Amino acid sequence: MHNQDQKLIFEVSTPGRVGYSLPEMDVPEADVAALLPEGYLREEEPLLPEVSELDIMRHYTSLSRRNHGVDSGFYPLGSCTMKYNPKINENVARYNGFAHIHPLQDESSVQGALELLYDLQQHLKEITGMDEVTLQPAAGAHGEWTGLMMIRAYHEANGDLKRTKVIVPDSAHGTNPASATVAGLETVTVKSNEDGLVDLEDLRRVVGEDTAALMLTNPNTLGLFEENIVEIAEIVHEAGGKVYYDGANLNAVLSKARPGDMGFDVVHLNLHKTFTGPHGGGGPGSGPVGVKADLIPFLPRPVIAKRGDEYVLDYDRPQSIGRVKPYYGNFGINVRAYTYIRSMGPDGLKAVTEYAVLNANYMMRRLAEYYDLPFDRHCKHEFVLSGRRQKKLGVRTLDIAKRLLDFGFHPPTIYFPLNVEECIMIEPTETESKETLDSFIDIMIQIAKEAEENPEIVQEAPHTTVVGRLDETTAARKPVLRYQNA
Amino acid sequence: MKHRYLPMTEQDKQAMLETIGVSTVDELFSDIPEKVRFKGEYNIKPAKSETALMKELFQLASRNADLKSNVSFLGAGVYDHYMPVIVDHVISRSEFYTAYTPYQPEISQGELQAIFEFQTMICELTGMDVANSSMYDGGTALAEAAMLSAGHTKRKTILVSSAVHPESREVLETYAKGQYLDVIEVPVKDGITDIEALKGLVNADVAAVVVQYPNFLGRIEPLKELEEIIHENKAMFVVSSNPLSLGILTPPGKFGADIVVGDAQPFGIPTAFGGPHCGYFAVTTKLMRKVPGRLVGQTTDDQGRRGFVLTLQAREQHIRRDKATSNICSNQALNALAASVAMTALGKKGVREIAAANLQKANYAKIAFKVAGFEVVNDGHSFNEFVVNLNKPVKEVNQQLLQKGIIGGYDLGRDYPVLAGHMLICVTEQRTKEEIDTLVKELGDLHA
Repeated sequence: MHNQDQKLIFEVSTPGRVGYSLPEMDVPEADVAALLPEGYLREEEPLLPEVSELDIMRHYTSLSRRNHGVDSGFYPLGSCTMKYNPKINENVARYNGFAHIHPLQDESSVQGALELLYDLQQHLKEITGMDEVTLQPAAGAHGEWTGLMMIRAYHEANGDLKRTKVIVPDSAHGTNPASATVAGLETVTVKSNEDGLVDLEDLRRVVGEDTAALMLTNPNTLGLFEENIVEIAEIVHEAGGKVYYDGANLNAVLSKARPGDMGFDVVHLNLHKTFTGPHGGGGPGSGPVGVKADLIPFLPRPVIAKRGDEYVLDYDRPQSIGRVKPYYGNFGINVRAYTYIRSMGPDGLKAVTEYAVLNANYMMRRLAEYYDLPFDRHCKHEFVLSGRRQKKLGVRTLDIAKRLLDFGFHPPTIYFPLNVEECIMIEPTETESKETLDSFIDIMIQIAKEAEENPEIVQEAPHTTVVGRLDETTAARKPVLRYQNA
Repeated sequence: MKHRYLPMTEQDKQAMLETIGVSTVDELFSDIPEKVRFKGEYNIKPAKSETALMKELFQLASRNADLKSNVSFLGAGVYDHYMPVIVDHVISRSEFYTAYTPYQPEISQGELQAIFEFQTMICELTGMDVANSSMYDGGTALAEAAMLSAGHTKRKTILVSSAVHPESREVLETYAKGQYLDVIEVPVKDGITDIEALKGLVNADVAAVVVQYPNFLGRIEPLKELEEIIHENKAMFVVSSNPLSLGILTPPGKFGADIVVGDAQPFGIPTAFGGPHCGYFAVTTKLMRKVPGRLVGQTTDDQGRRGFVLTLQAREQHIRRDKATSNICSNQALNALAASVAMTALGKKGVREIAAANLQKANYAKIAFKVAGFEVVNDGHSFNEFVVNLNKPVKEVNQQLLQKGIIGGYDLGRDYPVLAGHMLICVTEQRTKEEIDTLVKELGDLHA
């Protein structure tokens, strides 16, 4: 161990210490061995730590200080919508009547929870312009797969068995093709044109009677609105395919354009992005899916419905694709998203998008002088720069990202989308102040100058973090994936 | 429009518009075709103040019968266990919950190390070599285990025991449809997987056999006998397991399981109407490079300091794209952290003690039911759940129990027609002798 290493909890452990307080054992005890079949009583103790409660709190407090969240500082991670996570959401999700109810209780005893979910569905229907919504998928990728499974079931129900291809743009996130594969479909790529938008000629070339769906995010991963969206949807619909909306970028179009009105048949949302469910260090998320009327029969089971004054779980769905998750989705995240929507209201949600787009355009214009701007037009909630000018000076986009760490910023998304060289993708969100945007811009300008005058300081960054650049090659070549007692 | 989450002032806005070179914000949306432009405002409820909204939602929450105000004997995959108070304090540190996936390891060492510790603890409890950073839940983890097995063995049939959680089996069916796999159920006999029936079903097309330990009916499956049959046929042995029970049960890894999955909800994660919980996924070393989801590995920096990174990413969807065998991206990291804190608080001794307490209290309850004249069906070795024949509709019984502040057990007739009128009763360490005695008495009164 290096003397500056942060100890693992296992290295803090001391035999004899405890960190728990279990309920009293108030029943007569039987011989444990007699209660289990022979050979099924655990012999070896698991290597779990033995620590006091203060040891635990100090350990995790120490870990938390080695972690950057939105509450720590600016986090312009493109396509992830790292906006402020309102604290009221956390309080509401912890109410006993939400946090401590069991999914298999009698429906009559969880009417409050079902009402909330039903009302969330109603709100999401209006926001997306779709006809029905399921809250079952646990995350965006899970929602993509759910939506594609429904599209597949729709075509199969029509006896249209040749439709096995999903068209995705070359700028799409890797999850789109992966979801298609897991749904038993094949991926076809459609090219982007020089404006960064779907190339209509190429789209016409790839659509056909084998097209199950086109998956698109709008604005796309370059932060650009697909201006030809109406025509795109028509081309796919005329060929008999469905159009799928990846809601990753919904923060750009709240109250400005609804997927349902743009011609999309299926949409998934990332409630942990646009609707402030916290990102949690990688999850849990929530990925509701909205559909147009002709896909309603295929929604996952059960559907949360209202009959008279009563909220019910409707299992009688013969054409349903089935369950995609036990119970009814990531309820706790859905409660947070609902709380957020109700905190904003219609005018608040409209302002969210206006400020998100204003902030992105402001940053883009101020940085355009110092970094290459591959697509020079109004962006939506995010924009991409290219670090190719700096690359010629020996400073890569990765170096720029690492240098930002020295100033307390989380770097933007880098090297994505794949169709932009040395890509830097910046999404400020609407919850940041002008002062924060300006301070980030100033540092980006400083780094651009450093790349010209003193490239080593960028190439060797970060200089101030608790660890320097880590050896990822060795990590992958000789994987150490768990602690082993020395 | 003034809102506490929106910091821009009118002055800021004007200055920014000037820099951009436009006169109104609307101009920035001129690329949205007129035809699809949404005009006006959403027809949704108006915004509420913080105070008013909290009041409204508190009242809505109060309309649910919660496990704090009532006494619960409901388990069936989601459990009311001891939640060390410290858990919520740790996961409420916003450096954890407002971060995203640790893509920049230099400023994400806290999260990465916490996951590395989680992976270690899951390996220790399950007796496996490698565990990932989490899955959505136990049900999807089980389905992904079947997918991995099919990909690894290049076989197309999954055998699943009927004593696996019914909702997990439903999720498996959906995933299997996606991958054009056949799912065949292995029947249950006397409360456990029917070994003879299994022998008749395994063949060279079978990619995996999936069982649950303890199973959905509360019983301890004979993993030793199952393993021999499964591996003789070169199929993968997949065990779905409540990790808390493994504090006292011999871990599936000891019996030769290839993949162990389940849900870490029993460790410090609230029931929350079924989610978010925390799936886990553990395998033997030979399957390490086929695990879905994220893995954290240990390495060093240029000065030799220990650090942690996301590793073996070549497996993942964002690299493999359409060659990926799983599309999982977001996981349940914050809940994995919660489970880690709970496992840490319990520690080596506590995890044994809590598991033993479940075994003892459930055993006491089982005996009390028998003494009161109830039939305990398929009685045998069990963990914290067992089946009682009530001879009447369980739904009605539960509605009556609720009047007395008791959330009764699971209605098995929902999934097993032959078990109509039977209740799956769960007794965790949380239940007191008095509460157990009250349940037996109340059911006895209803029975009479």
